[in-house]
Amino acid sequence: MNELKNNDEFLNEEITPEEEQALKQLQEKREEKRHMGLKAKSTISNTIIYIILGIISVIWLIPFVFIVLQSFRVENTWMVGYVLPKQWGFDNYIRLFKETSFPRWFLNTFIMGLIVSVVQTVMVLSMSYTLSRLRFKGRKFLMNFMLVLGMFPGFLTMIVLYRILSDMHLIGANAIWGCILVYVASSGMGYYISKGFFDTIPRSLDEAARIDGASRLQIFYKIIMPLAKPIVIYTILTAFMAPWGDFVFARYISNFTSSGMNVAAGLYAWLEKDMINQMYTTFCAGGVIVSIPITILFLCLQKYYVEGVTGGAVKG
Amino acid sequence: MEKLNDLQYLRLSKWKKFLYKLCMFFVGIPVFFKNIGIKIGRFFKNIVLRIKDLFVDLFLTFKNGDYKTRVSYLIFGFGNITRGQVFRGLFFFLFEVLFIFYMIFWGGGWLSKLGTLGTQGPTTEWVDVGGIDVEKTVYHDDSFKILLYGILTIFFIIAFIYTWRINIKQNKIAQEILATGKKLKSGKDDIHSLIDDQFHKTLLALPITGIIIFTVLPIFFMIIIAFTNYDKTHNGISNNLFSWVGFENFNQLVNVGSSSNFSATFGEILGWTLMWAFFATFTNYFLGMLVAIMINKKGIKMKKVWRTILVLTIAIPQFVSLLYVSKLFATDGIVNGILIKLKWIEQPIRFWEDKWLARLMVILINIWIGIPYLMLIATGILMNIPQDLYESARIDGANAWQQYMKITLPYMLFVTGPYLLTSFIGNINNFNVIYLLTTGGPNNPNSSTAGGSAGYTDLLITWLFKITTNDSNYKIAAVIGIMVFVVVAVISLIVYNIMPSTKNEEDFS
Repeated sequence: MNELKNNDEFLNEEITPEEEQALKQLQEKREEKRHMGLKAKSTISNTIIYIILGIISVIWLIPFVFIVLQSFRVENTWMVGYVLPKQWGFDNYIRLFKETSFPRWFLNTFIMGLIVSVVQTVMVLSMSYTLSRLRFKGRKFLMNFMLVLGMFPGFLTMIVLYRILSDMHLIGANAIWGCILVYVASSGMGYYISKGFFDTIPRSLDEAARIDGASRLQIFYKIIMPLAKPIVIYTILTAFMAPWGDFVFARYISNFTSSGMNVAAGLYAWLEKDMINQMYTTFCAGGVIVSIPITILFLCLQKYYVEGVTGGAVKG
Repeated sequence: MEKLNDLQYLRLSKWKKFLYKLCMFFVGIPVFFKNIGIKIGRFFKNIVLRIKDLFVDLFLTFKNGDYKTRVSYLIFGFGNITRGQVFRGLFFFLFEVLFIFYMIFWGGGWLSKLGTLGTQGPTTEWVDVGGIDVEKTVYHDDSFKILLYGILTIFFIIAFIYTWRINIKQNKIAQEILATGKKLKSGKDDIHSLIDDQFHKTLLALPITGIIIFTVLPIFFMIIIAFTNYDKTHNGISNNLFSWVGFENFNQLVNVGSSSNFSATFGEILGWTLMWAFFATFTNYFLGMLVAIMINKKGIKMKKVWRTILVLTIAIPQFVSLLYVSKLFATDGIVNGILIKLKWIEQPIRFWEDKWLARLMVILINIWIGIPYLMLIATGILMNIPQDLYESARIDGANAWQQYMKITLPYMLFVTGPYLLTSFIGNINNFNVIYLLTTGGPNNPNSSTAGGSAGYTDLLITWLFKITTNDSNYKIAAVIGIMVFVVVAVISLIVYNIMPSTKNEEDFS
């Protein structure tokens, strides 16, 4: 305000061209300084953010770096208090594939992942599509019922499922088929995220197709499915990843029969008290082998995963 | 507490406004429960009315029906077949035949034993094997199977009654249509409608069947187990049969003075479970949001790299990462090794052996696992916030903190309200983090003897798991499972009713 007034007074007086020039330069300089200040401020805050992000990244990566390093340790197989191996080598990996059932577990899990991801996707998609796009009697009831059902802790049912599967001879060595059956059969419960996705596709598309004489089946696979690619990939990805991490149900159903286990159940046992001294480094190697393909797959399809997770969170 | 009008409210000071709101919240609680009571009452009244309508309808249909309809009361699908809808009729008829067949050969037997859950336990008999008498255990009744298949039979009976009802309704409709002189749907129409008007039946058939057999049936079963004495010593076959005990298992939970110390253990674990869920949810929520804001800030480069690094904890199976991390912090683990080598400490820190240290570690490591999810979610939402909001705020001279508090946070809270609830409940049932890190330890010496050895970091869900697998105390596990359900249901009910945006599911269409 003060400055303005001064300028006004100034303007009323007569100014020489040189003075005008000087005034302009002064203002420009001031502007530049202000700009520089802002810039410096943002540089400082950005630097701080970079530092924080750097620290976070280190914390996030350290365990993974450690596990890789430990998997190359040759000198002893138990837990030690240092990180860098004194003697490097592939011994643990060789042992993993030659002396343990790991290849079998890996194959088991891979089969489980493949079958579950295909069938579960079909189940989830038909469930969520129906609940999202079709209107029928009992729809609200069905959704509420499943909501309530989901509030019961799942482990509770483990003993019952074990007995049902044992009557079907799908435990022990056949446990992977039992697991597949249970995963697939209860997969309809996880319809929320893809239903949220279907809800966002405009209903006018359906209506237009109906007017043109398409049946609901045709609408499903000709109109909705092509649009639903991200959610299809998301469902496949999560379904494929699930068996790799299930160390509870798979272990229980396999009844500690080695040939019926998945990787998680098998590797989990290696870190229990009686095994850890012989198997610790082998566990590290196994963990690395399991994580690499999953991580690569995940990172490649990350985009779709993010879409699924965000959509699900927003819709609740 | 009197309700103030708007003007009176606005005249209050800031603190008084807050106090007033708080008071109104607590005053509102009885009203809230009253409303729920009214809703439940109305619900049951509706059910009674509908059952009454049903019987009236059944009676009237019989009275007004022709002989085809009347025969259909006994023989399913008779009316359909005689009226030319062979496809449908056969379907109904087949169902009836199968049901009767099942009931005669299996269902009836299971059902008749359901009242006692079996009377004859295993006996030892001498069996003649190739001339030598061999002692052999002969199994008779199996309580577990009786209960399981008894429930299954009840499911079948319900389905049977439902089909019977539909069968009669169809007769009534068919009769009415024929009376007006129109034609009935042919079998071909029926099949076509399965991919068109009745498409939902086609799509839902498989998933719902799966859910009923592998989710609903087991859950029903486990609820019912809570009313029996099924445990290690009554395991249904090899030792003793189990039987109904009514509410005895629940009594243990309520009975504070009981010798097993069960209710005290339950109370402590419930307290820690809620505390854990609260901290785990909100630390993740705010820190994850913070990280997302940092990564998405203008001028920060390599956004993708930061994101990918964080996302690694999602990609790598938790049993690898969490199990490994728990060993990192073990007393003879790497972290202690490094700290000792650096001379920062002399004695190793016993991360997993102290009650509060273990609890703290669990929450901290959960941040490591949880932030990436929040980061992903928050990133998506932050990009959706209209940028002009920030611009106008900046012009008005708001600093970064004010922008966060007045724009970002309210927007995030509004949009992710439902997510907060689900993640709170997810944390109540967060089995993986606790079990992989501590398996519930360190041990709580005061914990109940009846309920297995609970530890200080045990959540209800891990406790339940231990009771099931280590102690085979299924009846108590069932009770705890029901309690978990009650806790989760009550929290969701309250939060759903309080949440300002009870969202319309078709908002986005």
